[in-house]
Amino acid sequence: MLDATPKKIVDRTALRVNPCKTCQPVGAMYCALGVHQCMPHSHGSQGCCSYHRTVLSRHFKEPAIATTSSFTEGACVFGGGSNLKKAVKNIFETYDPYIIAVHTTCLSETIGDDLKSYIDEIDIPAGKLVIHTNTPSYIGSHITGFGNMMCGFINYLSKKSNTVSDKIGIFPGFVNPGDMRELKRLATSMEAKYIMFPDTSDVMDAPNKGTYQMYPKGGTTVAEIKELGSVRKVLGLGTIVSKPAAEKLKVKCGVDFDLVPYPIGIRATDTYLMKLSHLYKTEIPAAIADERGRVLDGMIDAQQYFAGKKVAVYGDPDTVLGIAAFCLELGMIPYYMITGTPSDAFEKEGAALFEGYDVKPGVIKANADLFYMQQLIKNDPVELLIGNTHGKLIAKAEDIPIVRAGFPVMDRYFGAEQPIVGYRGAMRLAEMILNALLDRKDRDADDTDLELVL
Amino acid sequence: METKREKILDTYSGLTFKNRKDHVVELETDHTPQEITANKRSVPGLMINRGCCYAGCKGVVLGPIQDAVTLEHGPIGCGYYTWMTRRNKARGINGKSLIQYSFSTDLQETDIVFGGVKKLKQAVKEAVEIFHPKAVFICATCPVGLIGDDINSVAKWAKEEFGVQCISFSCEGYKGVSQSAGHHIANNGLMKDVIGTGTNKPTTPFSINLLGEYNIGGDAFETERILTKIGYQVVSKFTGDGVYDEIASAHLANLNLVQCHRSINYIAEMMKVKYGIDWLKVNFIGIKETIRTLREMAAYFDDEGLKKRTEEVITEELTQIQGDWDYYKKKLSGKKAGIFVGGSRSHHYMDLLADFGVETVVTGYEFAHRDDYEGREVIPDIKLDADTKNIEQLSPEKDESMYRRYIDDDTYNELKGKIELDYYKGMMKDMKKGSLIIDDYNEAETEDALSLYKPDIFYSGIKDNFMILKSGTPAKQMHSYDYDGPYTCFKGAINFAHDTFDEVNAPAWKLLTPPWNTEPTLEGSLGNSAIERGEQHA
Repeated sequence: MLDATPKKIVDRTALRVNPCKTCQPVGAMYCALGVHQCMPHSHGSQGCCSYHRTVLSRHFKEPAIATTSSFTEGACVFGGGSNLKKAVKNIFETYDPYIIAVHTTCLSETIGDDLKSYIDEIDIPAGKLVIHTNTPSYIGSHITGFGNMMCGFINYLSKKSNTVSDKIGIFPGFVNPGDMRELKRLATSMEAKYIMFPDTSDVMDAPNKGTYQMYPKGGTTVAEIKELGSVRKVLGLGTIVSKPAAEKLKVKCGVDFDLVPYPIGIRATDTYLMKLSHLYKTEIPAAIADERGRVLDGMIDAQQYFAGKKVAVYGDPDTVLGIAAFCLELGMIPYYMITGTPSDAFEKEGAALFEGYDVKPGVIKANADLFYMQQLIKNDPVELLIGNTHGKLIAKAEDIPIVRAGFPVMDRYFGAEQPIVGYRGAMRLAEMILNALLDRKDRDADDTDLELVL
Repeated sequence: METKREKILDTYSGLTFKNRKDHVVELETDHTPQEITANKRSVPGLMINRGCCYAGCKGVVLGPIQDAVTLEHGPIGCGYYTWMTRRNKARGINGKSLIQYSFSTDLQETDIVFGGVKKLKQAVKEAVEIFHPKAVFICATCPVGLIGDDINSVAKWAKEEFGVQCISFSCEGYKGVSQSAGHHIANNGLMKDVIGTGTNKPTTPFSINLLGEYNIGGDAFETERILTKIGYQVVSKFTGDGVYDEIASAHLANLNLVQCHRSINYIAEMMKVKYGIDWLKVNFIGIKETIRTLREMAAYFDDEGLKKRTEEVITEELTQIQGDWDYYKKKLSGKKAGIFVGGSRSHHYMDLLADFGVETVVTGYEFAHRDDYEGREVIPDIKLDADTKNIEQLSPEKDESMYRRYIDDDTYNELKGKIELDYYKGMMKDMKKGSLIIDDYNEAETEDALSLYKPDIFYSGIKDNFMILKSGTPAKQMHSYDYDGPYTCFKGAINFAHDTFDEVNAPAWKLLTPPWNTEPTLEGSLGNSAIERGEQHA
């Protein structure tokens, strides 16, 4: 496996190999799927749309609906206005969404299609909506696209208000529906009144009851997105992914925001709950405090297996930062922290995680790829990988156990329905990590050394 | 009475109806083709399943060649999405297989503004120095054509600079109307710059190329096993488990076998003109079809020993599977299937399902052309429209030094009517009256087909898969084989039947309805009387 990867690292300035990111539109599509009765629409040639739906379906094991403008060569010359116009008519007639959320691709961005004026010219059926965002694939990554789509919704829909409601906005970031569900459960337990945006729970983890629903019951409603303009505060989870939308809402509607890390692990979950506690003047419920204590109980019980283990964590920036923080809490060393998304903040925040711990990181790098990570590992190995499916190639090549977390996880089931955020998510993540380490210990043990009790 | 076809088209109004009506055909007679509209641009907004030209070129045809760097020139997405997502397996050469890697120039905004040629040159340099590939295939994506990057000159430069074969493919996603244009562009490139340059001479006269076989789930491995057992020599495979030098030597084989007609018929035709090599439309999907194929191959080579060995291998393989074949025939017989795939499998799997008594009642292709539906005889009637005529049509000429005929004209003419020599009959001739064919099917039409035909199992792709499952219909992915395979030849057929049987019989299907939908949830007579009144507790 990956036998062509040399140990010697040479500087590459042009060739990207085995990326640790993908392009903007799929992030926009995922965001739009987190809006109730919304049809994501890809304004470009149809290949993009098929690929993006496909990766979402492979990760969630769910339908991922989206339509496309189906550019042909002619449209590239004359612009995609008529394609979009036809598409919108057909989408409302055939699939009847409440709102169409348009994103772009490198094609429509390069030719300079003016989406705003196209949409203005379209005869949209009464009571229906069309919004857009620009998601050029040659800037940033899918994380950028997710943020841009949030900005698109806010741009078109959120309304500034003189009266401030007692609700807050919670931006969960690019996480699984299982995480969003857990974040809502914790917020509800703190008696918070909130609008989660976007919210793919009950959309990308819809039950099978024998009848297909194109628009499942989940998703942030358009009314709620409008209302975001009058919330008292936004809690943006993921300091990198949620920043653009939080800033956009502040500029447009004057809503103040706090950016905090994904609540992965103990301290980050503490922060999330303390924020909610301050906002709603509520005590942390005993049941939640017990959840915290139960994770800590296990972390202490099993500490000898975590202690000093060197880990490579890779994937999306906020996810990597969150998991790395938890690794440190477990006593492990997040030795390599790799994201494909270009981000200066990632490297700074990654280094800051180590304050207060008597360990040092190996490499923390944004805008990097998995080929580079494999080369790092060849030169200075780690004992565990934590990240998306693509790392399994390295796991096999270098014979290192892997824990799947982040996006995309295309080779395991039931994962997207379950959280890695909150104390419950921490317990799940800790169990997955420990199982991977102990399975390896058992596998590698001589018969004489195989332990029945660990 | 409204036909099922009409019910499906009822969804549409105006122009969309006018566009879609000729893409949907309900057969009026058994085994008789009717004209269908195909290979036209898709209607925007209908949630189609099609991909793009780049997918057809890089993803399908070039990507599987294991000792070449297929370098995606564009932003990261296109390279990322074609990274090990089609299951074209490769054994690797000395343990090395480049298909485990995704190569991209990862274009940034500055490259779009100032051009990406400089970065592309540097990327090719890095690829050659780090990976030492047999060849570098540069594959263009949407913005490349728009910003005017001259990838041809980069390829030429790289070839001279590094002494490594480097070929550019202008397969921008917006070209043509589907993956199909990409097949054509990839075929042209391989024909122009690769085929005919190799020197691996076969050691037996029974030498063949396996064209249009991408080794999904090991399909080509199994086919190759059978062919080798009979005594054939597989000179090259296009392109599953593909090896650059083997493909370069393809012109030295004596017969081309065409499995996927859509994606590779261009090369088959061009090799016939240039090198005189006949092609045979084969089908290793399905037990009876495999037997038919093997016998037609034997008829072409007309060698007594080969014919004898063919029958022996057929008997050996059949003996091994007979029990399973009977078992699954009994279990699956009488069931109805739907199949929506790309440009080839819908027909082939129909044949395989027929082996087990399963009838295909509704089917369709994403991007096939009329000849794949109706047979090659309609090719002279197909008019190229504005969307496809920009795809280069190569007209190779007879290569005087390398042209040779394996069989003489009399034998050729005698065989021509008997076996599928230089000919493909298309899908419709294997279908019965009343069956439905949808070209460039979309989500709405798929939902309608499910409710109108109520198939016992539906074979489609990943984008449809979970929608079909959620609607309560067993479904299998027919592109990826749901991560199993091989499905070719004798053992593959059993493997397929086994997977189908497991899907239809998964215990979970019987658990879909919770007890509280059918039983009283309240104690005592109140609940029971509610049930008697037919009230739902859901």
